[in-house]
Amino acid sequence: MSTTPSPHVVGDKEYKLSQQLKDKITDLSAQYPEKNSVIIPALHLIQDEFGWVPPAAMRQMAQLLNIASNTVFGVASFYTMFNNKPVGRYHIQICRNIACSLNGSKELLEHIMKKLGIQIGEVSNDGKFSVSTVECLGACGSAPVMMVNDVYYENLTEKKVDQIIKSLE
Amino acid sequence: MMQIEVNNKKIQAEPGEMILTALKRAGIHVPTLCYLEKLPPAGRCRICVVEVEGRKDLVTACSTPVQENMKIKTHSPRVLNTRKKILELLLSNHPDDCLYCVRNGQCDLRQLADEMYIRTRDLPRNVKKGEIDTSSLSIVREPSKCILCGRCVRVCAEIQTVNAIEIMQRGSLAYVGIEDDKGMGESWCINCGQCVVVCPTGALAEKSHVEMVKDALGDPKKYVVVQHAPSISVTLAEEFGFPVGTDVDCLMVAAFRAMGFDRVFDTSFSADLTIMEEGSELVHRLLHGGKLPMMTSCSPGWVKFVEQFYPELTENVSTCKSPQQMMGAIIKSFFSERENIKPEDIFSVSIMPCTAKKFEANRPEMGRNGVSDVDAVLTTRELAELIRLYGIDFKSLKPEEADDPFGQRTTAGKIFGASGGVMEAALRSGYFLVTGKELEDLSIEPVRGLEGIREAKIKVNDLELHVAVTSGLGNARKLMDQVRAGRKDLHFIEIMTCPGGCIAGGGQPRNADFEKFKARAQSLYTIDKNEEIRVSHKNPSIIRLYDEFLGKPLGEKSHKLLHTHYKKRELYN
Ligand code: SF4
Ligand code: SF4
Ligand code: SF4
Ligand code: FES
Repeated sequence: MSTTPSPHVVGDKEYKLSQQLKDKITDLSAQYPEKNSVIIPALHLIQDEFGWVPPAAMRQMAQLLNIASNTVFGVASFYTMFNNKPVGRYHIQICRNIACSLNGSKELLEHIMKKLGIQIGEVSNDGKFSVSTVECLGACGSAPVMMVNDVYYENLTEKKVDQIIKSLE
Repeated sequence: MMQIEVNNKKIQAEPGEMILTALKRAGIHVPTLCYLEKLPPAGRCRICVVEVEGRKDLVTACSTPVQENMKIKTHSPRVLNTRKKILELLLSNHPDDCLYCVRNGQCDLRQLADEMYIRTRDLPRNVKKGEIDTSSLSIVREPSKCILCGRCVRVCAEIQTVNAIEIMQRGSLAYVGIEDDKGMGESWCINCGQCVVVCPTGALAEKSHVEMVKDALGDPKKYVVVQHAPSISVTLAEEFGFPVGTDVDCLMVAAFRAMGFDRVFDTSFSADLTIMEEGSELVHRLLHGGKLPMMTSCSPGWVKFVEQFYPELTENVSTCKSPQQMMGAIIKSFFSERENIKPEDIFSVSIMPCTAKKFEANRPEMGRNGVSDVDAVLTTRELAELIRLYGIDFKSLKPEEADDPFGQRTTAGKIFGASGGVMEAALRSGYFLVTGKELEDLSIEPVRGLEGIREAKIKVNDLELHVAVTSGLGNARKLMDQVRAGRKDLHFIEIMTCPGGCIAGGGQPRNADFEKFKARAQSLYTIDKNEEIRVSHKNPSIIRLYDEFLGKPLGEKSHKLLHTHYKKRELYN
């Protein structure tokens, strides 16, 4: 299985929700008794569109649903699955918990950062890569583990990581 | 009723209630930090843990329902130890600069640390940082003092339905914040201060005007005038150890004089004036097809709430300024002319139950020629601070009376301090304005009360006047949604921002529960019952003010000085 690139939209000053996206969110909201329940699925849709959840887009979503934008911001900042800042088309998340740490995830992280010339939370100049650490990905048996966008990569070594990154070029 | 056993003693409990409620009734004290009386439990802080026989883990008293024959220990060694650990963890990142803190002396957290007998710092310290947010005209946030109990966020969302603040991030990164890390002054906050009253620490406080007032009092060139809102005289008492609900009106007047205020006026006087104008406005709207239902305008939090959330209803809001601003306007016009003191030399102070009054006094409409009508607003709590600052022994003061020409009030103006009071006062005078007769029974019970939405119908000549009263913006929202959806039968609506009205305002003494609110309100109604003049239109000073200066209600001078306009405010930007 290979990773498909996610959009990496930055600098779009308005981050306007398209009519299509708005319709999707409105349709979703009809499925829930509480409007606040739509926040998470709607955030996923927004992230699919922009690669992250831009504040302006969250506000439009809140306005569309007639809920408090603060609540949306609270939810978006609670879950690490929502990117509150722009990420690269390939967003690498490497596990920093015990099993992976014992198996060298820290060194791998250093390696990746050096290779790509970026720090945690940064995006490479071409908008292609970004990297962050995450809590347990639930695959300790094959530590160290990382995710690139939605795809898991397990039993990692520096060599493997190099190959993966190359395959994404 | 059923029985539970607490600390080896049997006590009564209601099926379904939480342990904490039963303990409170029995007078057994368990500390709480996140608990809020009228809201469902949050179970966030864990400080209320108790031991229940047969349960492996300690349970939170605030969120665990009682069970028949439950055996509870509220202060066992295990409980005391655990509570202490929880508190030590909370304190381990707390700045504890109590000596310089706004809550010095009145802090729940500090008191709890004392109660729990914390005497050493055993955990490594990692003190919280965070910039103080002074962007709001009413409220100051000091995030480093926040213990994340969540009370403010819940009051704002669940009682007021404003959602100005939210818990952002999670775990060790969590903080109370506003979208995009904006300041409170740029948020949806309507300045009610309900979050400030419930905050157990110095993380939230009113924007203090104490220094400003002190400076003015010390400035020989300033003529310092003070007005005090209807509810202050029945709540200030709590700050000085009187029983809840004691009316300390005349002692407070004496305290003002002792501190050097040049004139002491009563906002209840301008509440009477508000009734003259607002009653006339209602009659005018009814007779000339004006926008209905008309809605009261004396509560500035509510006014901003309409401007933000129901901009299409701003025309329904009465154009009358609030009593604070009416008083401010006549002080800096009529009074200033009469006494031959330039408006800019008068320093006009108001004592309010309310933090939103600070915002209101700063609205650009509230002044003339660059001079604002009200220069400083103190909450009841700040007034107590000022009195202590001047070393006044409140209890030994001798009663004194307020000054002419704006010191005389009726009880109609006085009951403004409780939810329903404005309506009752307006109906008393409105009835007279239309019929030329007085209401047979001046006490209009159906509009009284501190909770829910209350409605009443009053026959005025041929018209059946339909009115509604509510307080707390969550309730107001329900009513506004009805109006927005096309409800047409209502003529007049009274809304107070704080649940219960001004006696429960965001600037009132802390640690009040619903029982205290009732006692405060009762005190106002007792005054109303016992005094002679109970209708605003019979206030001799009001009659004189119209004769000598204003002309008639809704006249040209009134229009210029006593009425205002509103603006629609954008959200989501
Ligand atoms: S909030 Fe309370 S405990 Fe914290 S510094 Fe202020 S007075 Fe002290
Ligand atoms: S002052 Fe009122 S509106 Fe503003 S944050 Fe506090 S509770 Fe919410
Ligand atoms: S600001 Fe005060 S009320 Fe709000 S969470 Fe912090 S400590 Fe609690
Ligand atoms: S008061 Fe019970 S958990 Fe906070």
